[in-house]
Amino acid sequence: MPRSLSPGQSALLGLIGFAAFIGFWYGLTAAGIMTRQFLPPPWEVLERFVHLLNTRFAGATLLQHLAASFERFAYGFILAAVIGIPLGLLMGWYRLLDQIVTPIFDGLRFIAPIAWVPFAALWFGTGIGGPIMIIFAGAFPPCLINAYRGAKFVEPRLIEAAQMLGTPGRRVVSEVLLPASVPSIISGLRVSAGLGWQSLVGAELIVASAGVGYLMVQGQANMSTETVMSGMIAIGIVGLLLDMALRATERAILRRRGLET
Amino acid sequence: MGRISFDDVGRVFGPSNKGVVALQDINLGVEDREFVAIVGPSGCGKTTCLRLVAGFDFPSSGTVSVDGKTVRSPGPERAVVFQQFALFPWKTVYDNIEIGLRNQGVAREQRRERIGAILDLMGLQSYAESFPHQLSGGMQQRVAIARAYVLDPDVLLMDEPFGALDAQTRVVMQEELVRLARKNPRTVLFITHAVEEAVYLADRVAIMTRAPGRIKEIMDVASVRKAENWDSYERIEEVMDLESFVHMRTHIWRSLREEKAAQPAE
Repeated sequence: MPRSLSPGQSALLGLIGFAAFIGFWYGLTAAGIMTRQFLPPPWEVLERFVHLLNTRFAGATLLQHLAASFERFAYGFILAAVIGIPLGLLMGWYRLLDQIVTPIFDGLRFIAPIAWVPFAALWFGTGIGGPIMIIFAGAFPPCLINAYRGAKFVEPRLIEAAQMLGTPGRRVVSEVLLPASVPSIISGLRVSAGLGWQSLVGAELIVASAGVGYLMVQGQANMSTETVMSGMIAIGIVGLLLDMALRATERAILRRRGLET
Repeated sequence: MGRISFDDVGRVFGPSNKGVVALQDINLGVEDREFVAIVGPSGCGKTTCLRLVAGFDFPSSGTVSVDGKTVRSPGPERAVVFQQFALFPWKTVYDNIEIGLRNQGVAREQRRERIGAILDLMGLQSYAESFPHQLSGGMQQRVAIARAYVLDPDVLLMDEPFGALDAQTRVVMQEELVRLARKNPRTVLFITHAVEEAVYLADRVAIMTRAPGRIKEIMDVASVRKAENWDSYERIEEVMDLESFVHMRTHIWRSLREEKAAQPAE
Protein backbone atom coordinates (compact mmCIF):
# COMPACT_ATOMS: atom_id res chain seq x y z
CA MET A 1 0.00 0.00 0.00
CA PRO A 2 1.26 3.50 -0.79
CA ARG A 3 1.32 5.97 2.08
CA SER A 4 -2.13 7.18 3.06
CA LEU A 5 -3.41 10.57 1.90
CA SER A 6 -4.32 13.46 4.15
CA PRO A 7 -8.01 14.47 4.18
CA GLY A 8 -7.10 17.59 2.18
CA GLN A 9 -5.36 15.55 -0.49
CA SER A 10 -8.21 13.09 -0.91
CA ALA A 11 -10.73 15.96 -1.06
CA LEU A 12 -8.60 17.54 -3.78
CA LEU A 13 -8.49 14.30 -5.78
CA GLY A 14 -12.27 14.00 -5.44
CA LEU A 15 -12.65 17.53 -6.78
CA ILE A 16 -10.35 16.76 -9.71
CA GLY A 17 -12.51 13.77 -10.66
CA PHE A 18 -15.66 15.84 -10.37
CA ALA A 19 -14.21 18.70 -12.45
CA ALA A 20 -13.07 16.23 -15.12
CA PHE A 21 -16.59 14.81 -15.30
CA ILE A 22 -18.15 18.28 -15.73
CA GLY A 23 -15.45 19.20 -18.26
CA PHE A 24 -16.13 16.08 -20.32
CA TRP A 25 -19.86 16.79 -20.21
CA TYR A 26 -19.25 20.43 -21.27
CA GLY A 27 -16.91 19.28 -24.04
CA LEU A 28 -19.53 16.96 -25.50
CA THR A 29 -22.12 19.74 -25.65
CA ALA A 30 -19.77 22.56 -26.75
CA ALA A 31 -18.25 20.51 -29.56
CA GLY A 32 -21.76 19.84 -30.84
CA ILE A 33 -21.31 16.07 -30.57
CA MET A 34 -24.54 15.90 -28.59
CA THR A 35 -27.51 18.08 -29.43
CA ARG A 36 -29.20 20.14 -26.73
CA GLN A 37 -32.21 17.82 -26.79
CA PHE A 38 -30.08 14.81 -25.99
CA LEU A 39 -27.65 16.36 -23.55
CA PRO A 40 -28.05 19.96 -22.36
CA PRO A 41 -24.89 21.75 -21.14
CA PRO A 42 -24.13 21.71 -17.39
CA TRP A 43 -25.14 25.28 -16.57
CA GLU A 44 -28.59 24.88 -18.19
CA VAL A 45 -29.24 21.85 -16.03
CA LEU A 46 -28.04 23.74 -12.95
CA GLU A 47 -30.26 26.67 -13.84
CA ARG A 48 -33.25 24.38 -14.26
CA PHE A 49 -32.43 22.65 -10.97
CA VAL A 50 -32.37 25.93 -9.03
CA HIS A 51 -35.52 27.06 -10.83
CA LEU A 52 -37.38 23.87 -9.94
CA LEU A 53 -36.45 24.21 -6.27
CA ASN A 54 -38.98 27.01 -5.84
CA THR A 55 -41.24 26.66 -8.86
CA ARG A 56 -43.97 24.15 -9.34
CA PHE A 57 -43.57 21.54 -12.03
CA ALA A 58 -45.91 18.56 -12.30
CA GLY A 59 -47.90 19.96 -9.42
CA ALA A 60 -45.16 20.65 -6.88
CA THR A 61 -41.72 22.16 -6.36
CA LEU A 62 -38.68 19.92 -6.47
CA LEU A 63 -38.41 20.07 -2.68
CA GLN A 64 -42.02 18.96 -2.30
CA HIS A 65 -41.44 16.12 -4.75
CA LEU A 66 -38.39 15.11 -2.75
CA ALA A 67 -40.38 15.19 0.48
CA ALA A 68 -43.04 12.93 -1.03
CA SER A 69 -40.35 10.54 -2.28
CA PHE A 70 -38.56 10.51 1.02
CA GLU A 71 -41.72 9.63 2.90
CA ARG A 72 -42.32 6.59 0.67
CA PHE A 73 -38.69 5.63 0.98
CA ALA A 74 -38.77 5.92 4.78
CA TYR A 75 -41.79 3.62 5.08
CA GLY A 76 -40.32 1.00 2.76
CA PHE A 77 -36.91 1.15 4.39
CA ILE A 78 -38.23 0.98 7.96
CA LEU A 79 -40.52 -1.90 7.05
CA ALA A 80 -37.55 -3.75 5.51
CA ALA A 81 -35.44 -3.18 8.64
CA VAL A 82 -38.23 -4.10 11.07
CA ILE A 83 -38.90 -7.41 9.30
CA GLY A 84 -35.43 -8.19 7.91
CA ILE A 85 -33.28 -7.71 11.01
CA PRO A 86 -35.23 -9.91 13.46
CA LEU A 87 -35.80 -12.56 10.79
CA GLY A 88 -32.10 -12.60 9.91
CA LEU A 89 -31.07 -12.94 13.56
CA LEU A 90 -33.55 -15.74 14.19
CA MET A 91 -32.38 -17.55 11.06
CA GLY A 92 -28.83 -17.27 12.36
CA TRP A 93 -29.85 -18.97 15.61
CA TYR A 94 -32.57 -21.50 14.69
CA ARG A 95 -31.23 -23.83 12.02
CA LEU A 96 -34.72 -25.09 11.16
CA LEU A 97 -35.93 -21.58 10.28
CA ASP A 98 -32.73 -21.01 8.29
CA GLN A 99 -33.37 -24.10 6.20
CA ILE A 100 -36.98 -23.18 5.56
CA VAL A 101 -36.43 -19.54 4.61
CA THR A 102 -33.05 -19.55 2.83
CA PRO A 103 -34.05 -21.38 -0.41
CA ILE A 104 -37.10 -19.23 -1.05
CA PHE A 105 -35.21 -16.06 -0.10
CA ASP A 106 -32.28 -16.93 -2.36
CA GLY A 107 -34.69 -17.48 -5.22
CA LEU A 108 -36.57 -14.23 -4.75
CA ARG A 109 -33.74 -11.83 -4.03
CA PHE A 110 -32.36 -11.89 -7.57
CA ILE A 111 -35.57 -10.44 -8.94
CA ALA A 112 -34.91 -6.73 -9.47
CA PRO A 113 -37.23 -4.45 -7.46
CA ILE A 114 -38.51 -2.88 -10.69
CA ALA A 115 -39.78 -6.29 -11.83
CA TRP A 116 -42.32 -6.09 -9.01
CA VAL A 117 -43.86 -2.90 -10.40
CA PRO A 118 -46.90 -4.53 -12.08
CA PHE A 119 -47.69 -6.65 -9.02
CA ALA A 120 -47.11 -3.78 -6.64
CA ALA A 121 -49.62 -1.67 -8.55
CA LEU A 122 -52.08 -4.55 -8.68
CA TRP A 123 -51.84 -5.62 -5.06
CA PHE A 124 -51.20 -2.40 -3.19
CA GLY A 125 -52.38 0.28 -5.59
CA THR A 126 -50.62 3.35 -6.93
CA GLY A 127 -51.09 5.42 -3.78
CA ILE A 128 -48.57 4.74 -1.07
CA GLY A 129 -48.78 0.93 -0.88
CA GLY A 130 -47.36 0.01 -4.30
CA PRO A 131 -44.24 2.19 -4.17
CA ILE A 132 -43.54 1.09 -0.60
CA MET A 133 -43.58 -2.52 -1.71
CA ILE A 134 -41.04 -1.83 -4.46
CA ILE A 135 -38.72 0.06 -2.12
CA PHE A 136 -39.15 -2.75 0.39
CA ALA A 137 -38.14 -5.27 -2.30
CA GLY A 138 -34.93 -3.31 -2.85
CA ALA A 139 -34.11 -2.64 0.79
CA PHE A 140 -35.05 -5.97 2.39
CA PRO A 141 -32.29 -8.38 1.23
CA PRO A 142 -29.29 -6.53 2.71
CA CYS A 143 -31.13 -6.10 6.04
CA LEU A 144 -31.79 -9.82 6.28
CA ILE A 145 -28.44 -10.99 4.93
CA ASN A 146 -26.35 -8.80 7.20
CA ALA A 147 -28.32 -9.61 10.33
CA TYR A 148 -28.02 -13.30 9.42
CA ARG A 149 -24.29 -13.12 8.78
CA GLY A 150 -23.79 -11.07 11.94
CA ALA A 151 -25.58 -13.73 13.97
CA LYS A 152 -23.77 -16.60 12.27
CA PHE A 153 -20.31 -15.17 12.83
CA VAL A 154 -20.66 -14.12 16.45
CA GLU A 155 -17.61 -15.29 18.35
CA PRO A 156 -18.66 -18.73 19.73
CA ARG A 157 -16.99 -17.89 23.05
CA LEU A 158 -19.51 -15.10 23.62
CA ILE A 159 -22.43 -17.47 23.13
CA GLU A 160 -20.80 -20.00 25.44
CA ALA A 161 -20.17 -17.28 28.02
CA ALA A 162 -23.84 -16.27 27.89
CA GLN A 163 -24.99 -19.88 28.28
CA MET A 164 -22.58 -20.43 31.14
CA LEU A 165 -24.10 -17.37 32.81
CA GLY A 166 -27.51 -19.02 32.62
CA THR A 167 -29.00 -17.05 29.71
CA PRO A 168 -31.97 -18.94 28.20
CA GLY A 169 -31.89 -19.65 24.42
CA ARG A 170 -34.31 -17.03 23.15
CA ARG A 171 -32.63 -14.34 25.24
CA VAL A 172 -29.27 -15.27 23.70
CA VAL A 173 -30.74 -13.87 20.47
CA SER A 174 -31.65 -10.49 21.94
CA GLU A 175 -28.78 -10.15 24.40
CA VAL A 176 -25.84 -11.59 22.47
CA LEU A 177 -26.63 -12.08 18.78
CA LEU A 178 -28.29 -8.69 18.33
CA PRO A 179 -25.67 -6.49 20.03
CA ALA A 180 -22.80 -8.53 18.61
CA SER A 181 -24.27 -8.13 15.11
CA VAL A 182 -24.79 -4.37 15.34
CA PRO A 183 -21.73 -3.46 13.23
CA SER A 184 -22.81 -5.90 10.51
CA ILE A 185 -26.45 -4.77 10.73
CA ILE A 186 -25.48 -1.11 10.38
CA SER A 187 -23.42 -1.75 7.27
CA GLY A 188 -26.37 -3.76 5.95
CA LEU A 189 -28.64 -0.79 6.60
CA ARG A 190 -26.28 1.40 4.61
CA VAL A 191 -26.46 -0.90 1.59
CA SER A 192 -30.18 -1.31 2.15
CA ALA A 193 -30.81 2.45 2.21
CA GLY A 194 -28.84 2.81 -1.01
CA LEU A 195 -30.74 0.08 -2.81
CA GLY A 196 -34.08 1.29 -1.46
CA TRP A 197 -33.40 4.83 -2.60
CA GLN A 198 -32.28 3.52 -6.01
CA SER A 199 -35.55 1.62 -6.39
CA LEU A 200 -37.42 4.86 -5.88
CA VAL A 201 -37.63 5.96 -9.51
CA GLY A 202 -38.97 2.55 -10.46
CA ALA A 203 -41.44 2.75 -7.62
CA GLU A 204 -42.64 6.14 -8.74
CA LEU A 205 -43.24 5.09 -12.33
CA ILE A 206 -46.62 3.97 -11.07
CA VAL A 207 -47.57 6.93 -8.91
CA ALA A 208 -49.79 9.62 -10.29
CA SER A 209 -49.34 12.46 -7.86
CA ALA A 210 -45.88 13.53 -6.66
CA GLY A 211 -42.32 12.38 -6.16
CA VAL A 212 -38.96 12.82 -7.88
CA GLY A 213 -39.62 9.80 -10.10
CA TYR A 214 -42.98 11.27 -11.10
CA LEU A 215 -41.29 14.60 -11.83
CA MET A 216 -38.81 12.84 -14.09
CA VAL A 217 -41.52 10.94 -15.94
CA GLN A 218 -43.39 14.21 -16.50
CA GLY A 219 -40.16 15.89 -17.63
CA GLN A 220 -39.64 13.14 -20.15
CA ALA A 221 -43.21 13.52 -21.41
CA ASN A 222 -42.55 17.24 -21.92
CA MET A 223 -39.26 16.57 -23.72
CA SER A 224 -37.52 18.54 -20.97
CA THR A 225 -34.17 16.82 -20.62
CA GLU A 226 -33.03 19.45 -18.06
CA THR A 227 -35.92 18.46 -15.79
CA VAL A 228 -35.06 14.77 -15.99
CA MET A 229 -31.44 15.55 -15.19
CA SER A 230 -32.43 17.83 -12.30
CA GLY A 231 -34.32 14.88 -10.83
CA MET A 232 -31.25 12.69 -11.24
CA ILE A 233 -29.10 15.26 -9.44
CA ALA A 234 -31.62 15.54 -6.60
CA ILE A 235 -31.66 11.75 -6.19
CA GLY A 236 -27.87 11.69 -6.18
CA ILE A 237 -27.56 14.41 -3.55
CA VAL A 238 -30.13 12.89 -1.19
CA GLY A 239 -28.60 9.43 -1.62
CA LEU A 240 -25.18 10.82 -0.76
CA LEU A 241 -26.49 12.60 2.34
CA LEU A 242 -28.26 9.44 3.45
CA ASP A 243 -25.11 7.40 3.07
CA MET A 244 -23.04 9.99 4.95
CA ALA A 245 -25.49 9.98 7.85
CA LEU A 246 -25.45 6.18 8.12
CA ARG A 247 -21.68 6.07 7.75
CA ALA A 248 -21.30 8.52 10.63
CA THR A 249 -23.61 6.38 12.76
CA GLU A 250 -21.59 3.29 11.88
CA ARG A 251 -18.34 4.97 12.84
CA ALA A 252 -19.77 6.21 16.16
CA ILE A 253 -20.92 2.71 17.06
CA LEU A 254 -17.62 1.08 16.13
CA ARG A 255 -15.71 3.67 18.13
CA ARG A 256 -17.88 2.97 21.16
CA ARG A 257 -16.94 -0.70 20.81
CA GLY A 258 -13.26 0.17 20.58
CA LEU A 259 -13.05 -1.06 16.99
CA GLU A 260 -11.10 1.16 14.63
CA THR A 261 -12.52 1.96 11.24
CA MET B 1 -20.64 -29.17 46.83
CA GLY B 2 -18.71 -29.36 43.59
CA ARG B 3 -17.29 -32.81 43.07
CA ILE B 4 -16.24 -33.42 39.46
CA SER B 5 -15.96 -36.93 38.13
CA PHE B 6 -14.69 -38.25 34.78
CA ASP B 7 -15.57 -41.93 34.33
CA ASP B 8 -13.99 -43.77 31.39
CA VAL B 9 -14.42 -40.67 29.26
CA GLY B 10 -13.58 -40.76 25.57
CA ARG B 11 -14.11 -38.12 22.93
CA VAL B 12 -13.84 -38.69 19.19
CA PHE B 13 -14.21 -35.82 16.76
CA GLY B 14 -15.67 -36.57 13.35
CA PRO B 15 -17.23 -39.85 12.12
CA SER B 16 -16.93 -42.56 14.76
CA ASN B 17 -15.06 -45.08 12.57
CA LYS B 18 -12.34 -42.77 11.24
CA GLY B 19 -12.59 -39.73 13.50
CA VAL B 20 -9.80 -38.14 15.50
CA VAL B 21 -9.53 -39.54 19.01
CA ALA B 22 -9.05 -36.54 21.29
CA LEU B 23 -9.54 -38.20 24.68
CA GLN B 24 -9.27 -41.81 25.76
CA ASP B 25 -9.94 -43.56 29.09
CA ILE B 26 -10.01 -40.42 31.17
CA ASN B 27 -10.66 -41.19 34.82
CA LEU B 28 -10.29 -38.31 37.20
CA GLY B 29 -12.07 -37.16 40.33
CA VAL B 30 -11.82 -33.65 41.69
CA GLU B 31 -12.90 -33.35 45.30
CA ASP B 32 -14.99 -30.55 46.70
CA ARG B 33 -12.85 -27.40 47.05
CA GLU B 34 -9.88 -29.06 45.52
CA PHE B 35 -7.74 -27.21 42.99
CA VAL B 36 -6.67 -29.51 40.16
CA ALA B 37 -4.54 -28.38 37.25
CA ILE B 38 -4.27 -30.31 33.99
CA VAL B 39 -1.02 -29.88 32.06
CA GLY B 40 -0.07 -31.45 28.78
CA PRO B 41 1.47 -30.85 25.38
CA SER B 42 -0.58 -28.62 23.08
CA GLY B 43 -3.35 -30.42 21.26
CA CYS B 44 -3.56 -33.15 23.90
CA GLY B 45 -7.22 -32.48 24.66
CA LYS B 46 -6.89 -30.68 27.98
CA THR B 47 -9.25 -27.92 26.90
CA THR B 48 -11.72 -30.57 25.72
CA CYS B 49 -11.74 -31.96 29.29
CA LEU B 50 -12.80 -28.58 30.60
CA ARG B 51 -15.44 -28.12 27.91
CA LEU B 52 -17.00 -31.45 28.87
CA VAL B 53 -17.43 -30.26 32.46
CA ALA B 54 -18.74 -26.88 31.27
CA GLY B 55 -21.36 -28.60 29.13
CA PHE B 56 -20.13 -27.01 25.88
CA ASP B 57 -19.19 -30.43 24.54
CA PHE B 58 -20.16 -34.01 25.34
CA PRO B 59 -18.21 -37.26 25.66
CA SER B 60 -18.45 -39.92 22.94
CA SER B 61 -18.20 -42.58 25.64
CA GLY B 62 -18.23 -42.61 29.44
CA THR B 63 -19.72 -39.88 31.62
CA VAL B 64 -18.75 -36.56 33.10
CA SER B 65 -20.68 -35.66 36.22
CA VAL B 66 -20.72 -32.97 38.86
CA ASP B 67 -22.06 -33.97 42.28
CA GLY B 68 -23.31 -37.20 40.79
CA LYS B 69 -25.35 -35.53 38.05
CA THR B 70 -24.33 -36.09 34.45
CA VAL B 71 -23.48 -32.80 32.72
CA ARG B 72 -26.04 -32.05 29.99
CA SER B 73 -25.82 -28.29 29.43
CA PRO B 74 -23.85 -25.22 30.53
CA GLY B 75 -24.91 -23.60 33.78
CA PRO B 76 -23.92 -20.94 36.32
CA GLU B 77 -23.01 -23.53 38.98
CA ARG B 78 -20.07 -24.37 36.70
CA ALA B 79 -18.62 -20.95 35.88
CA VAL B 80 -15.99 -20.67 33.15
CA VAL B 81 -13.08 -18.25 32.77
CA PHE B 82 -11.91 -18.25 29.16
CA GLN B 83 -8.40 -17.63 27.87
CA GLN B 84 -9.60 -14.80 25.64
CA PHE B 85 -11.78 -13.38 28.45
CA ALA B 86 -15.01 -13.51 26.37
CA LEU B 87 -16.39 -10.34 27.93
CA PHE B 88 -19.33 -8.69 26.18
CA PRO B 89 -17.73 -5.70 24.45
CA TRP B 90 -20.99 -3.69 24.39
CA LYS B 91 -21.49 -3.92 28.14
CA THR B 92 -19.67 -2.05 30.90
CA VAL B 93 -17.66 -3.94 33.50
CA TYR B 94 -20.58 -3.64 35.91
CA ASP B 95 -23.11 -4.92 33.38
CA ASN B 96 -20.84 -7.80 32.37
CA ILE B 97 -20.72 -8.97 35.97
CA GLU B 98 -24.43 -8.38 36.47
CA ILE B 99 -25.81 -10.64 33.70
CA GLY B 100 -25.39 -13.92 35.56
CA LEU B 101 -27.01 -12.56 38.72
CA ARG B 102 -29.91 -11.14 36.75
CA ASN B 103 -30.45 -14.51 35.07
CA GLN B 104 -30.62 -16.07 38.53
CA GLY B 105 -33.34 -13.61 39.50
CA VAL B 106 -31.31 -11.86 42.21
CA ALA B 107 -33.01 -8.62 43.26
CA ARG B 108 -31.49 -5.33 42.13
CA GLU B 109 -30.34 -4.22 45.60
CA GLN B 110 -28.63 -7.52 46.28
CA ARG B 111 -27.03 -7.46 42.87
CA ARG B 112 -25.53 -4.07 43.59
CA GLU B 113 -24.18 -5.31 46.92
CA ARG B 114 -22.64 -8.47 45.54
CA ILE B 115 -21.13 -6.76 42.51
CA GLY B 116 -19.72 -4.01 44.74
CA ALA B 117 -18.10 -6.64 46.96
CA ILE B 118 -16.53 -8.54 44.07
CA LEU B 119 -15.30 -5.33 42.42
CA ASP B 120 -13.56 -4.45 45.71
CA LEU B 121 -12.09 -7.91 46.03
CA MET B 122 -10.66 -7.81 42.50
CA GLY B 123 -9.44 -4.22 42.69
CA LEU B 124 -11.86 -3.05 40.02
CA GLN B 125 -13.81 -0.40 41.99
CA SER B 126 -12.90 2.49 39.73
CA TYR B 127 -13.59 0.57 36.51
CA ALA B 128 -17.25 -0.31 37.01
CA GLU B 129 -18.40 1.99 34.20
CA SER B 130 -15.52 1.23 31.81
CA PHE B 131 -15.94 -0.85 28.70
CA PRO B 132 -13.74 -3.94 28.30
CA HIS B 133 -11.72 -2.49 25.42
CA GLN B 134 -10.63 0.38 27.65
CA LEU B 135 -8.91 -2.05 30.03
CA SER B 136 -5.60 -3.91 29.83
CA GLY B 137 -5.58 -7.68 29.33
CA GLY B 138 -4.90 -8.28 33.03
CA MET B 139 -7.80 -6.06 34.06
CA GLN B 140 -10.11 -7.72 31.55
CA GLN B 141 -9.26 -11.12 33.00
CA ARG B 142 -10.00 -9.79 36.49
CA VAL B 143 -13.44 -8.83 35.22
CA ALA B 144 -13.92 -12.30 33.76
CA ILE B 145 -12.90 -13.88 37.08
CA ALA B 146 -15.22 -11.52 38.95
CA ARG B 147 -18.06 -12.41 36.56
CA ALA B 148 -17.53 -16.10 37.38
CA TYR B 149 -16.93 -15.71 41.13
CA VAL B 150 -19.92 -13.46 41.74
CA LEU B 151 -22.21 -16.36 40.83
CA ASP B 152 -20.92 -18.26 43.84
CA PRO B 153 -20.36 -21.32 41.63
CA ASP B 154 -19.78 -24.86 42.92
CA VAL B 155 -17.09 -25.32 40.32
CA LEU B 156 -14.76 -22.85 38.66
CA LEU B 157 -13.41 -23.88 35.25
CA MET B 158 -10.37 -21.96 34.06
CA ASP B 159 -9.07 -22.52 30.53
CA GLU B 160 -5.52 -21.16 30.37
CA PRO B 161 -6.84 -17.99 31.97
CA PHE B 162 -3.44 -16.28 32.09
CA GLY B 163 -2.20 -17.56 28.72
CA ALA B 164 -2.92 -14.28 26.94
CA LEU B 165 -1.20 -12.09 29.55
CA ASP B 166 2.37 -10.80 29.66
CA ALA B 167 4.78 -12.44 32.13
CA GLN B 168 4.57 -9.78 34.84
CA THR B 169 0.80 -9.47 34.79
CA ARG B 170 0.64 -13.23 34.85
CA VAL B 171 2.58 -13.45 38.12
CA VAL B 172 0.36 -10.82 39.73
CA MET B 173 -2.75 -12.69 38.65
CA GLN B 174 -1.39 -16.00 39.94
CA GLU B 175 -0.78 -14.47 43.36
CA GLU B 176 -4.24 -12.92 43.31
CA LEU B 177 -5.83 -16.24 42.45
CA VAL B 178 -4.12 -17.91 45.38
CA ARG B 179 -5.34 -15.12 47.64
CA LEU B 180 -8.87 -15.50 46.26
CA ALA B 181 -8.78 -19.28 46.58
CA ARG B 182 -7.79 -19.03 50.24
CA LYS B 183 -10.43 -16.48 51.04
CA ASN B 184 -13.22 -18.20 49.19
CA PRO B 185 -12.26 -21.76 48.27
CA ARG B 186 -13.98 -23.42 45.31
CA THR B 187 -13.53 -26.57 43.33
CA VAL B 188 -11.26 -25.49 40.52
CA LEU B 189 -10.31 -27.24 37.30
CA PHE B 190 -7.44 -25.29 35.80
CA ILE B 191 -6.03 -25.91 32.32
CA THR B 192 -2.53 -24.69 31.55
CA HIS B 193 0.61 -25.57 29.66
CA ALA B 194 2.77 -23.65 32.15
CA VAL B 195 4.21 -26.18 34.59
CA GLU B 196 5.30 -23.69 37.26
CA GLU B 197 1.87 -22.12 37.28
CA ALA B 198 0.28 -25.52 37.81
CA VAL B 199 2.61 -26.45 40.69
CA TYR B 200 2.22 -23.06 42.33
CA LEU B 201 -1.58 -23.03 42.19
CA ALA B 202 -2.83 -26.59 42.35
CA ASP B 203 -3.42 -29.20 45.02
CA ARG B 204 -2.93 -31.89 42.41
CA VAL B 205 -1.51 -31.74 38.89
CA ALA B 206 -2.73 -34.18 36.24
CA ILE B 207 -0.26 -34.75 33.40
CA MET B 208 -1.72 -35.71 30.04
CA THR B 209 -0.15 -37.63 27.18
CA ARG B 210 -0.02 -36.28 23.67
CA ALA B 211 -3.06 -37.07 21.48
CA PRO B 212 -5.00 -39.25 21.95
CA GLY B 213 -5.09 -37.62 25.35
CA ARG B 214 -4.86 -39.84 28.40
CA ILE B 215 -3.97 -39.08 31.97
CA LYS B 216 -0.43 -40.27 32.47
CA GLU B 217 0.25 -39.33 36.03
CA ILE B 218 -1.30 -37.36 38.87
CA MET B 219 1.06 -35.46 41.19
CA ASP B 220 0.06 -34.65 44.73
CA VAL B 221 1.30 -31.11 45.32
CA ALA B 222 -0.85 -30.35 48.35
CA SER B 223 0.98 -32.71 50.73
CA VAL B 224 4.36 -31.28 49.70
CA ARG B 225 3.01 -27.75 50.03
CA LYS B 226 1.85 -28.49 53.54
CA ALA B 227 5.00 -30.39 54.58
CA GLU B 228 7.31 -27.70 53.24
CA ASN B 229 5.07 -24.86 54.36
CA TRP B 230 4.86 -23.06 50.98
CA ASP B 231 1.96 -20.97 52.18
CA SER B 232 4.17 -19.12 54.64
CA TYR B 233 5.79 -17.29 51.70
CA GLU B 234 4.18 -14.17 50.37
CA ARG B 235 5.71 -14.07 46.92
CA ILE B 236 5.68 -16.48 44.07
CA GLU B 237 9.44 -16.27 43.38
CA GLU B 238 10.23 -17.30 46.96
CA VAL B 239 8.15 -20.42 46.59
CA MET B 240 9.69 -21.13 43.22
CA ASP B 241 13.18 -21.10 44.77
CA LEU B 242 12.36 -23.85 47.28
CA GLU B 243 13.99 -27.17 46.66
CA SER B 244 10.72 -29.03 47.01
CA PHE B 245 9.13 -26.79 44.36
CA VAL B 246 12.03 -27.21 41.95
CA HIS B 247 11.94 -30.95 42.46
CA MET B 248 8.22 -31.16 41.69
CA ARG B 249 8.52 -28.89 38.68
CA THR B 250 11.45 -30.84 37.24
CA HIS B 251 9.60 -34.10 37.61
CA ILE B 252 6.64 -32.78 35.63
CA TRP B 253 8.90 -31.24 33.02
CA ARG B 254 10.64 -34.53 32.50
CA SER B 255 7.34 -36.34 32.21
CA LEU B 256 6.13 -33.85 29.57
CA ARG B 257 9.42 -33.99 27.71
CA GLU B 258 9.08 -37.74 27.29
CA GLU B 259 5.78 -36.95 25.58
CA LYS B 260 7.44 -34.50 23.23
CA ALA B 261 10.17 -37.04 22.42
CA ALA B 262 7.57 -39.67 21.67
CA GLN B 263 6.10 -37.39 19.05
CA PRO B 264 7.00 -38.41 15.49
CA ALA B 265 9.33 -35.96 13.72
CA GLU B 266 7.48 -33.39 11.65
